[in-house]
Amino acid sequence: MTRLLPLALLAGLALLPLGLDANPYLLNALITTGILTIGAMSLNLLLGFTGQLSLGHIAFFGIGAYVSALTSLGFEVELGFGIRVVHEPWPAALGFLLAVVAAGLCGWLIGRLSFRVRGAYFVIVTISFAEVVRLVALNWVELTQGPLALTGIPALTLGLPGLGSWTLRTKVQNYYLVLAVGTLCYLMIARLVGSRFGRAMRGLKENESLALSVGINATRTLTVAAVISAAMAGAAGSLYAHYLRIIDPDVFLFATTVTMVIMVVGGGKGTLMGPVVGGLVFGLLPVALRPVMAPEAQWIVFGLVLIAILFVMPRGLVPGLAGLLTPRRRGEAPTGSAIQPVEVRS
Amino acid sequence: MTSSAPESPILSVEHVGVRFGGLVAIADLHFDVRPGEIVSLIGPNGAGKTTAFNVMTGFLRPSQGVVRFRGTALTGLQPHEIVRLGLSRTFQRTSVFPDDTVFDNVMIGLHRRTRSRLVDTLLGRDRAAERRLRAEARDLLDRVGLTARADEKAGALAYGEQRLVGVALALATEPAMLLLDEPVSGMNASETRVFVRLIRAIRARGVTILLVEHDMPMVMEVSDRIAVLNYGRLIAQGAPAEIRSDPAVIEAYLGQGSAAREAAMRAASVPTPVPAPMPVPATPETAVAEASHA
Amino acid sequence: MDQLLQHLVNTLILGGTYALLGIGLTLIFGIMNVVNFTHGALYTMGAYLMYLAVTALGLGFFLALPAAILGGLLLGAVIEFVLLRPLRGSDIDTTMLVMIGAGIVLQSGTLWIFGGVAKSVPTPFPDAPLHLGPVSVSWLRLFVLGAALALIGLTYALINRTRLGLAMRATFQDHDTAALMGVNVRLIYTATFAIGSSLAAAAGALLGPVYVVFPQMGGLAELKAFAIVILGGLGNITGAAIGGFILALAEELGAGYISSGYRDAMGFLIIIAVLVFRPTGLFARAERIG
Repeated sequence: MTRLLPLALLAGLALLPLGLDANPYLLNALITTGILTIGAMSLNLLLGFTGQLSLGHIAFFGIGAYVSALTSLGFEVELGFGIRVVHEPWPAALGFLLAVVAAGLCGWLIGRLSFRVRGAYFVIVTISFAEVVRLVALNWVELTQGPLALTGIPALTLGLPGLGSWTLRTKVQNYYLVLAVGTLCYLMIARLVGSRFGRAMRGLKENESLALSVGINATRTLTVAAVISAAMAGAAGSLYAHYLRIIDPDVFLFATTVTMVIMVVGGGKGTLMGPVVGGLVFGLLPVALRPVMAPEAQWIVFGLVLIAILFVMPRGLVPGLAGLLTPRRRGEAPTGSAIQPVEVRS
Repeated sequence: MTSSAPESPILSVEHVGVRFGGLVAIADLHFDVRPGEIVSLIGPNGAGKTTAFNVMTGFLRPSQGVVRFRGTALTGLQPHEIVRLGLSRTFQRTSVFPDDTVFDNVMIGLHRRTRSRLVDTLLGRDRAAERRLRAEARDLLDRVGLTARADEKAGALAYGEQRLVGVALALATEPAMLLLDEPVSGMNASETRVFVRLIRAIRARGVTILLVEHDMPMVMEVSDRIAVLNYGRLIAQGAPAEIRSDPAVIEAYLGQGSAAREAAMRAASVPTPVPAPMPVPATPETAVAEASHA
Repeated sequence: MDQLLQHLVNTLILGGTYALLGIGLTLIFGIMNVVNFTHGALYTMGAYLMYLAVTALGLGFFLALPAAILGGLLLGAVIEFVLLRPLRGSDIDTTMLVMIGAGIVLQSGTLWIFGGVAKSVPTPFPDAPLHLGPVSVSWLRLFVLGAALALIGLTYALINRTRLGLAMRATFQDHDTAALMGVNVRLIYTATFAIGSSLAAAAGALLGPVYVVFPQMGGLAELKAFAIVILGGLGNITGAAIGGFILALAEELGAGYISSGYRDAMGFLIIIAVLVFRPTGLFARAERIG
C-alpha cells in the first residue's frame, strides 16, 4: 500500500499531459504546482523530520532562482574599491548546479547560525534571512535589476555527450523535467529518512536529550538537514526561473513560504507522501477557486483551510486519511498517551 | 573492557559545584567510582542527584570542579562527545523516543555503531551495515527482555517497560560505565526484582554502574557502595551496612518530609540482604522477559 | 551634527510606536508561549479602525484613537477565545501555524473589503512643523510620541500596580502554580492576548495617520516586532521597550548614512547579530536550567 500509492501517483502524473491534450492553462498550473511541491518536500525535511519550522524557506528557493538566472544571463557589477566583476553567460544547466550549491551553502550558514538556538528563535531567524535577501534583490539594482525583474532567462538545455541536447521550451517538456526532478528528490528524501541519518533526525525531534545521550550530534545533524533541504529548494527555484524566464524580488514573498508550509502541514508533515499530496491539493486549489472567487477571497479560504486542518486533522491529510482507512486493531493502545508519573525532582 | 588498572577510578568527581544564580544545587561534590563497581548516589529530594548526573554527562556545566572519566577531563565536552568516551546514561522521566517502535528506538540508539556516510546512504551502499544493526538491535532487545514488544510504539508502553527501553538505548552505545537515573521508580516489586538481576547481568559484562534511586531496599541490595548527598554536599559514603547505621544519614532523612522519613525507616529496617554476591544470574534476560509479559 | 540631531528626534518618535508593538508581542509570548502571527494584522486593523472612526463615523481624531485601541482589544479577545483557547496544550508550532492562518484571513479580508489603494487619515494638526533649533518635527509626530509613551506607561502601571497585572505576572512565572493559587489562568490568557493585541492596534492607529493605511502594512511591522522582541529577549517587557528604540535608531541611522533602501533590513541584521553574539537577547538575566 505504502509502496503502491507513490508509484500509482507517479504513473498517473506521467500520463496526465496526454489526457490534458496540452491544455496550456492546466499544464502551467501543474508545472508551478510541481515546482512548489518540490519546495514543500524540501521544507518537510526540516519541518517534518527534524521539527524545525523554517519560515524563510523561500529564501533558498529565491536564491536558487537568482543564482541560476544570473549564471545563465551573465552580469557585470561594481563591488566598490574599483573591483569590477564581469560574468559571461554560462549554460543554463550549469546555472542549475550552481543554484543547488549556493542554496545549500546558505542552508549551512543559517544552520550554523541558528541551531544553537531553536524553536521560536529559529523561526524568526529564518524569516529575517528571507527578508534580508529580498531587500538585497530589490535594492542591488546593478546585479538584479531590482523591481524591473531579470528578463530573458534562457530555457534549460539538457545534453548528454554524444547524444545531442534538448532545450526545454514547451510546457510539456518542462512538465516532465519538473516531474523527474521531483521524483529524484522524493527518492533521495526516502533514502535519507530510512537511514541512520533519518533516525538521528527523528531521535532529535522526539527526545533531544535522549538523542544526545546516545551520541547523536545535534548541531551536525540539523545543519546537514538544513543544507540538503536548502539545496533542494534551490533546485526548485532554478526550475522556476528557467520555466518562467523572468523573476523579480517578489519571488521572495513570505506568502510563498506560507503556501509551502500549508502544503506540508496540510498533507502531513513528517511523512514522505504528505507534501506531495498536500502540494497537489493546495497547489491546484487556486485553479479550482479561480472561476468562483477573487484572489483575496482565495487567500481567505487558504487561511481558513489551514486553521481547519490544524483543528480537525492536526497530523495532515495523508496520516488522517490513512487512519480513517485502516480499521483500528483491537486492544491497540492510543499512541503517545503513556501516563507517566510526575517527576520527583532531586 | 576498561584499560585502566583496577584500583584507579573510572570516574572521579573532583570538587564539583553547581550554582543557578544564587541557588546552590551542588556545593562541593567529591567522590570516585572504581571499575566494575555498582555505586548508588542517594539523598532526599532536592539534594542535587540529578544535577550531578547532568554535570557528569555534559548536560550542565559545573560552576567549579571537574569530572574525569578514565582520566579524561569532561569539562567543555558536549553530551554526544562524552557518550563516545564510553559514559552513558538513562533519564529519570522520558527514557524513550515515544513516536517510534521499540525496535526503532534501539536502532536510533545504535547511532554510534556505524559510520555510514550520506553518500553511501543515497547510493544505497549502507545495506550491509543496516542489516548488521538490525541484528544487534534484536540482540539488545533480547538482553533486556523486550523482544515481544519490538513492534509497539515506545510511548505506549507501560512505564516500567519504558525504563527498560531506556536501558537498552544506553547499552546500545556500548558503555564502559552506565549512569542510571531512578531506573525502578514506577516499577512494582516484582519488576524491581527482575531489574536488579538485569543490573547485575550488565555489571557481569564489565560495565561499571552509578545509580540514583529512591527505592532504599533496592539500593541496599544492589550496591557495593553508597554515597549520600544532602543539600548539595556529600554527607557519607561507604558500604550499605555502614550507611544504614550512619547518624548523619538518618538525620538527613528524618529532617525531610514524612515520605522521606518512611523511606529511611524502611531502609533501616531492611533485613541484611542474603550475602550471595551474584544470586542466580543464570538467565536474567528470560526472567525480565517473563516479568514484562505479566 | 544637525542631521544627527534630526535622526535622533525621529528615532524617539518611531521608537515609541515600535516599543508598543514589541511590548504587545513579548507580553503574549512571555505569558502564553504563543508566537503571535496575527500581530501585524492587528496593527493593520488598528490603522483601518482609526481611518473608519475618523472618516465614516466622524468620531474625531482624539476619540477615534481610543476607539481603535478598544477595537484591537475586542478583536484580540475574540481571536484568543475562538482559536487559542481550544488549542491550549498543543505544541508551539501548531498555535504558530493557526496564528499564521488567522493572520492571512485578517489581511486578505482587509484587502477584500477596503481594496489595495492606500488611505490617508485626516488629522486636526497644523501642516507646518514645529521648529526647535535645527530640528523640525510635525505636531502629529509629537502627538504620536506622547501617546505612545503614555500607553507604555499605562501598560507598566497595569502590570505592576493592578490585581490583573499581579495575576499576569504570576502566570508568567509559572502558570500551574498560579492556577493552584486561585488565578483564573484562562481569563488571564484572554486578557493578555487582548491587551497585547490592543497595543499592536494602538501602534497601527498612531502610525497610520503619519504614513498611509494599506492592507499589507502589517507584514513588515510584524517582522520588525519580532526583531524588537528578540533584541529584548523573548518575554522581557522592558527589553522590548528598549529594543523598540534601538531598532528605530538603527533604521534611522541606516537609512540616513547607508542607504534608504536598506532601512527595513536593519531589524533583520540586528536579529542575526544578536543571535550570533547574545542568543538570549541583550537584556537577559541568568536563567535556571534543567
